[in-house]
Amino acid sequence: MYSVYVYILVMAVVTYLIRMIPLALLKKEITNTWVKSFLYYVPYVTLAVMTFPAILEATGSLISGAAAFAVAVFMAYRGQSLIKVAAAACAAVFVLELFLVRPAF
Amino acid sequence: MNDRKKEFRSGIVDGIPIALGYLAVSFTFGIMAGDAGLTIAQAVLLSLTNLTSAGQFAGLGVIQAGASLAEMALTQLIINLRYCLMSCSLSQKLPRTMPFFHRFFMAYGVTDEIFGVSVCREGNLSPWYSYGLMSAAVPGWTIGTLLGAVSGSLLPQRLLSALSVALYGMFLAVILPPARKNKVLMGIILVSMAASLFFAKLPVLREISSGFKIIILTVLIAGGAAFLFPVKEES
Repeated sequence: MYSVYVYILVMAVVTYLIRMIPLALLKKEITNTWVKSFLYYVPYVTLAVMTFPAILEATGSLISGAAAFAVAVFMAYRGQSLIKVAAAACAAVFVLELFLVRPAF
Repeated sequence: MNDRKKEFRSGIVDGIPIALGYLAVSFTFGIMAGDAGLTIAQAVLLSLTNLTSAGQFAGLGVIQAGASLAEMALTQLIINLRYCLMSCSLSQKLPRTMPFFHRFFMAYGVTDEIFGVSVCREGNLSPWYSYGLMSAAVPGWTIGTLLGAVSGSLLPQRLLSALSVALYGMFLAVILPPARKNKVLMGIILVSMAASLFFAKLPVLREISSGFKIIILTVLIAGGAAFLFPVKEES
């Protein structure tokens, strides 16, 4: 058994290095078209993969999760700001769950 | 000077939804850290130094099991390897004139959410915008952990449930607007979501950890798209 602090240190160092090394090494602009295109597409894939279907399971019920998804897609597609889209999704869940989910306490 | 302030301020504004989403997730983390036997100070320190959700949750399991440090390092490496891809992508957005030391500070803030918001900014990415995002997101993550660790029932379940979709809403607000004008991007988003659903539901595939799933799908889909639809040089 190690002290919890040692574990925390190992976690922090490994995680930081993963983030830092590419930023420190890739100083030049990449010219290879495939690599450039790949890196351009990366965020769209990662964020789409992280969002769906996770959003459906994040809330107290599948229906409120689906509603949050629908509201967010609609607002985002119309070009609303980050904070408005996020707030609308939260509001949709909150309002729906007033009817859908019985309070636990 | 004014430019820095402007970038910093717009970073803070865009960081608010990140902070709210983080609050909900890290609150849960705080509760679980307490259950895993960590003190409040340890839980907060963990969140402040790691700033990552999946890695921290997995780390709790490793700590509880009393596993070796090598195992801890490997777990973190696998789960957080996606940040490596994100940092590569981010490196291409940095202005060439930016002093090098900024890269070391910006690296700390490469999370799914901060990355997602910063990489889709038009043009070059100012480090001050990133610092603005961090100034909102890091307190959200840390304070949420503190609240969760101090008292598991401080925030009502209803509110947590609602806040937990903030991050996803934000992700959609990042990826959808550019896709409206670009059919390739729209196709990539739809394929990614469909593939993600398969990975979540199909036997065998659903055993793959979420961090690894992101890496596999990103390499396959972004790689394939780069091959089929190379991005034309902007002049």
